[in-house]
Amino acid sequence: MRAFVYERPADVEQAVAAVAADPQAAFLAGGTTQLDLMKDGVWTPDRLVDITRLPLRGIMVEGQLMRVGALTTMEQLAAEPAVTERLLMVREALLAGASTQLRNMATIGGNLLQRTRCRYFRDPSVAACNRRSPDSGCAAVDNTARMHAILGVDERCVALHASDVAVPLVAVDAQALVAGPGGQQRHIPLTEFWVRADEGPSIEHVLTHGELVTAVDVPLLPAGWRSGYLKVRDRASYEFALCSAAVAVLMDGDLIADVRIALGGVGSVPWRARQAEQMLRGTHVDPVRFEQAGRATVAGAYTLPGTAFKVDLAVATLTRQLLAMTTEANS
Amino acid sequence: MKTTRTTARAPSAQDQYVVDILTVVNGVPQQWRVDTRTTLLEALRDTAGLTGTKRGCDQGACGACTVHVDGNRVLSCLMLAAQADGRTVTTVEGLAGELGLHPLQEAFLRHDAFQCGFCTPGQLMSAACLLREPGRTRSDADIREYMSGNLCRCGAYDNIVAAIRDVAAQQAEDGA
Repeated sequence: MRAFVYERPADVEQAVAAVAADPQAAFLAGGTTQLDLMKDGVWTPDRLVDITRLPLRGIMVEGQLMRVGALTTMEQLAAEPAVTERLLMVREALLAGASTQLRNMATIGGNLLQRTRCRYFRDPSVAACNRRSPDSGCAAVDNTARMHAILGVDERCVALHASDVAVPLVAVDAQALVAGPGGQQRHIPLTEFWVRADEGPSIEHVLTHGELVTAVDVPLLPAGWRSGYLKVRDRASYEFALCSAAVAVLMDGDLIADVRIALGGVGSVPWRARQAEQMLRGTHVDPVRFEQAGRATVAGAYTLPGTAFKVDLAVATLTRQLLAMTTEANS
Repeated sequence: MKTTRTTARAPSAQDQYVVDILTVVNGVPQQWRVDTRTTLLEALRDTAGLTGTKRGCDQGACGACTVHVDGNRVLSCLMLAAQADGRTVTTVEGLAGELGLHPLQEAFLRHDAFQCGFCTPGQLMSAACLLREPGRTRSDADIREYMSGNLCRCGAYDNIVAAIRDVAAQQAEDGA
């Protein structure tokens, strides 16, 4: 591991200033992905600004809005009663991710900013990685890909955004609160937070160096909505998604009055399925139509021999979760 | 391949790559001066000499390095020692009380819940927290789910689950 200076800033302003002033500096929060990447030599900051003692931990519920401090751990958010009562898909996504030990460490801010799990990206002995070094190529496209994305990708990069909780957060239009140099504050809708690999393989998100996510604003579902998260994976627990679906519905009898859908395990960014939502809003429960909505979502997929299975899997995952949510809501 | 480890050079007080840490491990105050890169796992094993905590994968996949920090189970291989400054750490050496083994240790022996034993400290520390986490030992499926961060390559899972189930049942009885 490359040597680094370790600092503990007194407040957010100091933390932001410390990182902004040094192009080689990085924030340190839960560290679960970061330390791993640093051991592997994929990420080589020369200064770590440890933000874990800043007052950015905790959950505040006010009416329809839940503000989640960026340092709130995955376990803490999963235990929040408002999440269980009014945003069950977020709890399900959290508990389907990682292990309890990792969920006790990993923060919500860090979860959103986690790097891709692409094994070529994570191996510095692999030269071809457009995400790590622009214009070097993509070893995943040239070799074997499986745990990779099929949406928002092209031949330059097939990196997957592997977060579970980001999927339902995108579905409800959550926003990141960001602090920047000079006391600047801005809100970024999560649907605009990440940059698709096919729009810039080496750029992962819209934050500038030194900007810090301080909280995530999450709209809670109004009364009458039902939501759930379905994760399909190679083993039953402690595994990344091959495909996942976050679905929230408001039923009016047999009619889908409103619906929100996002897919995980398939996109270079957590994938909001707006076209599917439009196709299903105002329609009756109909598995054939659900499948059509799934097909429309993956219509522009870029697949490799190793990832082609994800097209049908995504359709099946979404169809199954839509059925579960719309029929449960009726009973 | 993981080839880069903490260097062995002797740190000096002026060194900007050195950090001073005050922590309480198993009830005993500890003062460490270590390279900033030192993980909590390395500090526990190499600085404090507490080798009960095991280094398995060293990348957060196996759970062998599980310890408690401020009462929560975490992976000590993915935490900097510097982040344990001012915190309370419990390792497997601190699990047994003055009156003898922890009920989980007794149950692991009774159920033969290990073969080679390498994962056992992590399993025990993980299970000790699991017993305090509400509603997570209601069924064998729940125990398996919430112990999934601890791998056992000998495959002693059935007996590990049985041991935890025993202690959970005993606790429920005692609490009832």
